[in-house]
Amino acid sequence: MKRRIGMLLGLAALAMLPFSAAAQQAGGDVLIKNATVMTASRGTLENTDILIRGGKIARIGKNLPAGTARVIDATGKFVTPGIIDAHSHTMMDAVNEGTLSVTSMTRIRDVLDPKDVAIYRGLAGGVTAALLLHGSANAIGGQSSTVKFKYGRPVEEFVVEGAPTGIKFAMGENPKRANFTIPGQPPRYPRTRMGVLEVMRDAFVRARDYKRSWDDFRAGKTRVPPRRDMELEPIVEILEGKRLVHAHGYRSDEQLNLLRLAEEFGFRVGTLQHGLEAFKFAPEIAKHGAGVSIFIDSWSYKLEGYDATPYNAYMLWKAGVNVSINSDSNERMRRLNLDAAKAMKYGGVPEQDALKMITLNPAIQLGIGNRTGSIDQNKDADIVIWSEHPFSPYAHPEITMIEGVVYFDRKADIERRALLAKEREELEKLDINKAPGSGGAAPRIPTERVRGDIGHIEDSDIDDHD
Amino acid sequence: MRFFNAFFALAAAAILASGIAAQSDASQQNKTGRAGTFAIVNARIVPVTGPVIENGTVVIRDGKIAAVGTNVSIPSGAERIDAKGLSVYPGMIDAATSLGLAEIPLGANATMDVAETGSMNANAKAITGINPHTSHVNVTRVNGVTTVHSAPTGGTIAGQSAVINLNGSTQAEMSVIPEFGLVINFPRVTTFGGFQPGVGPITVDFNEAVRRRDNQIEELKKMMADAEAYAKAKDASAKDNSIRPPATDLRLEAMLPYIRGERPMLIAVERERDIRAAVKFLADNKLKGIIVGGQEAWKAADDLKKNNVPVIFTNIYSLPVREDDPYDFLFEGPAQLHRAGVKFAVATGDGGAEVRDLPYHAGLAGAYGLPKEEALKAVTIYPAEILGIANRMGSIEAGKDANIVVTDGDILDPRTNIKYLFIGGRLLPLTSRHTELFDSFKDRK
Repeated sequence: MKRRIGMLLGLAALAMLPFSAAAQQAGGDVLIKNATVMTASRGTLENTDILIRGGKIARIGKNLPAGTARVIDATGKFVTPGIIDAHSHTMMDAVNEGTLSVTSMTRIRDVLDPKDVAIYRGLAGGVTAALLLHGSANAIGGQSSTVKFKYGRPVEEFVVEGAPTGIKFAMGENPKRANFTIPGQPPRYPRTRMGVLEVMRDAFVRARDYKRSWDDFRAGKTRVPPRRDMELEPIVEILEGKRLVHAHGYRSDEQLNLLRLAEEFGFRVGTLQHGLEAFKFAPEIAKHGAGVSIFIDSWSYKLEGYDATPYNAYMLWKAGVNVSINSDSNERMRRLNLDAAKAMKYGGVPEQDALKMITLNPAIQLGIGNRTGSIDQNKDADIVIWSEHPFSPYAHPEITMIEGVVYFDRKADIERRALLAKEREELEKLDINKAPGSGGAAPRIPTERVRGDIGHIEDSDIDDHD
Repeated sequence: MRFFNAFFALAAAAILASGIAAQSDASQQNKTGRAGTFAIVNARIVPVTGPVIENGTVVIRDGKIAAVGTNVSIPSGAERIDAKGLSVYPGMIDAATSLGLAEIPLGANATMDVAETGSMNANAKAITGINPHTSHVNVTRVNGVTTVHSAPTGGTIAGQSAVINLNGSTQAEMSVIPEFGLVINFPRVTTFGGFQPGVGPITVDFNEAVRRRDNQIEELKKMMADAEAYAKAKDASAKDNSIRPPATDLRLEAMLPYIRGERPMLIAVERERDIRAAVKFLADNKLKGIIVGGQEAWKAADDLKKNNVPVIFTNIYSLPVREDDPYDFLFEGPAQLHRAGVKFAVATGDGGAEVRDLPYHAGLAGAYGLPKEEALKAVTIYPAEILGIANRMGSIEAGKDANIVVTDGDILDPRTNIKYLFIGGRLLPLTSRHTELFDSFKDRK
């Protein structure tokens, strides 16, 4: 292999930016002509045009006039809403703050890396938005971020404006630290499922008292303002219904306990994450009104992931639960379309409802269903154009756009490769990239990007997981 | 191999809980199906090695495919299966797994028999560790994968792999080739030093990584030299009974068929430079070999072709290693191997639970340049050829074992359902741990 890859990587990453900038200039009004449009809300429309104006879907219909819009001929192609991954750790420089059992004060917003190449690879798989979650090291983890994959743009533009804020909860093996201890550290409370639930209860009780102290102050009952508590403020927001709880868990009993705890404190859980046993208590979930975000068929990678079945999606769907299919992985994110297809195979979820599981349903779970997740008028133009039916194993995205701006274009990507190769060749000739034998320093050997490569081994803090 | 890496990582990181019993499904022990004479009629037959036959018949008798075609006489007493609207495929073969050796990596160490301790374990045999009753067997076969190559993963010489059918109550009943290949994790420079709990991946110093690789190479060379000396001593003793045979050494004994080139070395290796080194290692020592993993194998196509070394590609579900690699670098791997004319198969490289995804690995290769017929071959006849079982499996041809899958669509399509399944001519129930959980809970209100 060639030398000084580390240096090359940095430069190559920069080389990608001009493409993005160019693509964005090509934004403006766009007319997608003559596609098979899978709306995810109103069935599939044949030979249909989509007019995009100002980043929104302005019109959907047949033979729409292009006017000044740039025309993309999509004859023979399929169009779907952009895929939304409701469990992701992409573009996060850190996943777990695992020191305490409650780290509600930490924010994923503070560790976003907009240059993570995994974003681009996700776009190439049709992903346009994601729920970025803290890891599952603790009963109550950090605050989540909802982003769109606007690769090449400043980080501020990734965060979806107006999206409800969220927070990660976790139950079972990971917060218990059942599978490891950290050398040199005493065991951390809790070590049992009993303890995990009590940590949560304790936090809610403290938050309730904290809220009362502020309510009293604001009502003039006390004269000295309470000391601000950054741990409890996000938990107060949960109690007030302003912050969505996204709760990692596997066993049906513990996830049901969380629903009951939430009911006791008067709020609704946003999503149960993973939920490999959710099928065991689907009616209770439906009644509570939580969403469930699952892997379609991953299982057996840990003990609490053993009592699983890929018919989970079907059983939850049948019970009327809002189900999304997530990746929890930079790798798997790239093929969520095929995971949705499996929902048809295992039990027989209808095609549109299977598509919803990676588009409209996660959008609803993230509280952004009013602006994205389906091909409907006035929604954001978050759109994927596929080479063929997205549930075919032979399909790949050709164009992925967010708010009408093209962020991935397979044709342009392929054309750019020769340029990148040439640039690489030039860089390799530089003194700084010389081989150790010719006066250069020892090379940094490229290792596999372990975080992503492991897949969703699961986000306990034993690995810096994706 | 993806799987190898994942498990090294887990082994390094996890102090696994003890006292948890191995998980196996007692209920599956009697699910070895039933033998008989069967005639699948009105079928669309995809023989893989020949053109598709519309409206044909496949006759199964005595565990074999007795006849295939449109003009086939059906034996009297044959059980007829009407396959109108259905397609008949050969069972798929996953040429790189650890199925049966690795059930639950985290939290149930008792179910893990995939990596022996120590670095030179030629005498560790997968066939003696495979759990015939792991729930992974049924879960995998009901998706159309009927045969797998299962291999241990630990150390430099990990042990000997086995080729098994996914049916049988004992290891012997499952066995197709009990000792197939010798797994070698080819020494390479890697700065990845495992995971540290609470910290994440550890990077070791480059010079240390080189030193470690060099040590591993020296150990491997010594092991090869010892085995050769051992073989010489045995041969000498066999020719001249005045020469005492060497004391039996199980590890060296286990290496004999491999250093004599009678059976293949399975070399787990990914990068071009390492692949070229591995091919040279095989050629220099006159060994038979197969590359497993093979991310950049197509770049070393010249060496591979010159030395007749095939590739079992396990990287469809891997991320490109370098940040500036094209996003589809590994999706395109099989297409590149095909274009370069290298003998290859597509495999999952999975521990067991996700081996059933094999058709979708091949399908994804089809989405990125591999012709559809080649994608199908890459999980049927090509792995059969590489594993030396093409005379028995990998296509629908008279005389072959009746490992047969009847589907309602393209077998590589995730929407397709399996309707009938035969292994060794036995009609198997389409049940698994997953269908049983489904049946137990689907009507709960």
